Amino acid sequence: MAPKVGVLLFPGSNCEQDVVEAFAGLGAEPDLIWHGDRSLGGADAVIVPGGFAHGDYLRPGAIARFSPVMEAVADFAASGGPVVGICNGFQVLCEAGLLPGVLQKNAGLRFLCQTVTLRVASKVSVLTRDVEIGTELRIPINHFSGNYTCAPETLERLVAEDQVVLRYTDNPNGSMDDIAGVSNAAGNVVGLMPHPERASSALLGSEDGLPLLASVLAATRAAA
Amino acid sequence: MRDDDPMASFSVHVEVTQRPGIADPEGATIERSLPALGFDEVRGVHVGKSIRFRVDAPDEASARARVTELCERFLTNPVIEDATIELTALAGAEG
Repeated sequence: MAPKVGVLLFPGSNCEQDVVEAFAGLGAEPDLIWHGDRSLGGADAVIVPGGFAHGDYLRPGAIARFSPVMEAVADFAASGGPVVGICNGFQVLCEAGLLPGVLQKNAGLRFLCQTVTLRVASKVSVLTRDVEIGTELRIPINHFSGNYTCAPETLERLVAEDQVVLRYTDNPNGSMDDIAGVSNAAGNVVGLMPHPERASSALLGSEDGLPLLASVLAATRAAA
Repeated sequence: MRDDDPMASFSVHVEVTQRPGIADPEGATIERSLPALGFDEVRGVHVGKSIRFRVDAPDEASARARVTELCERFLTNPVIEDATIELTALAGAEG
């Protein structure tokens, strides 16, 4: 059975259709889930897409974490379900406490919109379990607050436990330890600033996001 | 409001600043631009957020406790931000 991918939709999300399109192309059954819903409708994986949930007011993700759907996401994550936050979705998962650390403003104070090279740093996460460590991927970034920051002891733990999932080869935003993506200890919750859904077709300039998205599908119960 | 349940009103000003050691690129950028305007003597520019509201509580200590909790849970991200809270009792004000 095709895995069902629930793509959250907040007021201000703007990458949800790209995520839907990319997963549909991989044979999954993607569906949007309104942020006011309290159920995930039987989703096998949850994606928190990019955009500006609730206008990014106060801080990116600060208000989205109180949306009713986030309780269901936290329960799903606690039960081991794959949850991936992309860009603003990464910020939401950090604010919700599902991932450690926070994304602060880019070191250069510039909004960055460019394709970057990432290096896979861990296979522990649902996003990279089917991609080899050291693989380089060309994937676009599109953010103002992508500068990953956490307490020094948190960073030590992330590195020791293989929770740093992706690193920039040429750090664009000042992120600690060149971090582009991290996971929780179990590896089922992942956040990354780059947009794999925007690298899902040769027509878009790169297909390097597809192995990441396919990896998430392979990690679902439906695929097991 | 009932006489046996006295509540006071407080005007609250929360200033949100970056924690020590956390980069403040906005402040740094402003500081870098100052010499071009002739303000070479300005140092240590920091940019934060200023949030104002009113809160009702039986007394100042409980008002401060509630606002502190609000700051920790919502108004700041404690990983990178600190809050400074100023409370001022509003005389006879209600609502």
